[in-house]
Amino acid sequence: MSVNGETALTVNRMPRAGARSPAKAIAWLRRNAIRIYVGVAIAYLLLPIAVIVLFSFNEPTGRYNLVWSGFSFDAWIHAFSVQVLTEALVNSVKLAALSAVVATALGTAMAMALVRHRFLGRRLANLLVILPMTSPEIVVGSALLSFFLIVGIPLGFETLILAHIMFSIGFSTVVVRSRLVNFDRSLEDAAADLGAGPIATFRLVTLPLIAPAIGGSLFLCFVLSLDDFVVSNFNAGTTLTFPLYVFGASQRGIPVQVNVIATMLFAGTLLIGLVAALIARRRGRTRFVAEDPEA
Amino acid sequence: MIRRRLTGYALVLPGAAWLVVLFLIPMYLMWRLSLNSGAVESGFHFNWEWANYKEAFTLYQEQFFRSFYYAGIATVVALVIAYPLAYGIIFYGGRYKTILLLLVLAPFLTTYLIRTLAWETILSDQSPAVHLLSAVGLAPGGHVLGTAGAVIAGITYNFLPFMVLPLFASLETIDKRYLEAARDLYASPRSAFWRVTVPLSTPGIVAGALLTFIPAVGDYINANFLGGPNNRMIGNVVQGLYLTERNYPMAAALSFILMVVITVAVAIYIRVAGSRALMGDDLSELG
Repeated sequence: MSVNGETALTVNRMPRAGARSPAKAIAWLRRNAIRIYVGVAIAYLLLPIAVIVLFSFNEPTGRYNLVWSGFSFDAWIHAFSVQVLTEALVNSVKLAALSAVVATALGTAMAMALVRHRFLGRRLANLLVILPMTSPEIVVGSALLSFFLIVGIPLGFETLILAHIMFSIGFSTVVVRSRLVNFDRSLEDAAADLGAGPIATFRLVTLPLIAPAIGGSLFLCFVLSLDDFVVSNFNAGTTLTFPLYVFGASQRGIPVQVNVIATMLFAGTLLIGLVAALIARRRGRTRFVAEDPEA
Repeated sequence: MIRRRLTGYALVLPGAAWLVVLFLIPMYLMWRLSLNSGAVESGFHFNWEWANYKEAFTLYQEQFFRSFYYAGIATVVALVIAYPLAYGIIFYGGRYKTILLLLVLAPFLTTYLIRTLAWETILSDQSPAVHLLSAVGLAPGGHVLGTAGAVIAGITYNFLPFMVLPLFASLETIDKRYLEAARDLYASPRSAFWRVTVPLSTPGIVAGALLTFIPAVGDYINANFLGGPNNRMIGNVVQGLYLTERNYPMAAALSFILMVVITVAVAIYIRVAGSRALMGDDLSELG
């Protein structure tokens, strides 16, 4: 009996084990090849971020934070102790907030005009919006520097604001326009029929409906400005932003705090993005329920 | 009617004025600057100095061709990496599609410069990744930094999300019924992919290639951090001439040539690849 049982077990097991090895494994790999590839590709995309975060806990022996030499919380505890770096960070955040607000205001107005209004020079305006986005940054940056040099405007924080707003307008226009194109105009007509003037209609109907796009534009412009290096490199003069500080420091030795602040900025912008996306989704859902006549 | 038209102008004017004053006029002034002669100490003056262009091109043609060469390879490699990635997320991502796309875009939330510095760490001689590469014979002499390969790899990495996004957008709009129809008509999965999916995603391929190639040609960060003296690109030259040597006319001439060459290349590319593909009109032909 026991002998029989054993042979039965072995007999049962043998073919299973045989099929599971090469042939089954290859079949499994073939079925999941694309999923595995997506995983590997995303790991590749995130690898440098992992390195940045990891090296924020490094305790480098020299001036360069390039080789791992020991774990330490030091840079996190003294995150803002490098004064020049902290000033550069404050500049960057101020610049990003200011240029995001102004560029989004200008971009939203342009998107409204381009979608809603027929006017002479509309195609030209369209081209004007797209051109700065499709030119290499170095051309945009060097043209602006030529302008400031010839007109005689001293380089500094002000020229950075002018420049950052300029390269953000196009992105803002595109984001808001994509929302306006899919917009149900009958809602505005209804508001007008109910006696709302153009300004009231805009405030009470249009603005709430395009709010997600305006939020998206603010976020995009903020991130674009925060990350910008090339245009700033040409037009900052002696003013430092976070990327400009890092560039300068890379020739003299980079403090670990750079990685700490980069990690903070990454986590911070990611959090804002996720919260905004969640809010947009929830609001979208409640609105859908509210609009449903059966509900 | 007239009031509506005026509202249109009023809305478009502030933004348009900003772009005219800070983009178009600067472009024009840069072109004028490129025809100046003189030096920064004695001052520059405009006198149709076309010789700047000839000199710029003869002195720096090597960096010019290298920039287009590196950017071209990086664009092709980015397409090869990005297409299966976007395809996999769209067709196999299921309910994780949005999260996966967010992960692809996450690198954008760290400064471009710092991502490149991270690659400098990853590709430095002491790094385990380089030991691995040299063990399989891909890093002769145990070095990766300071080679053309490092610069091209850096460019490919940094602009990869620009390739993924348009591919993602165009693959997402493909009507799955076209693929079912292809299978019903006895197309193998492979031939359905090459003869239906790929042609329908051409707008994404064209847009992705442009969005990767244009910034890649003018890039100087990757060459600066990952390359050596033999990998300098035209961006490095323009930056050095403007900010260090202050030879503005020559720098302006180079920047202007870059703009013109890219515009011409893009125009030809769009004509060859099909402006219809870029506008996304293909579907109407099929439907």
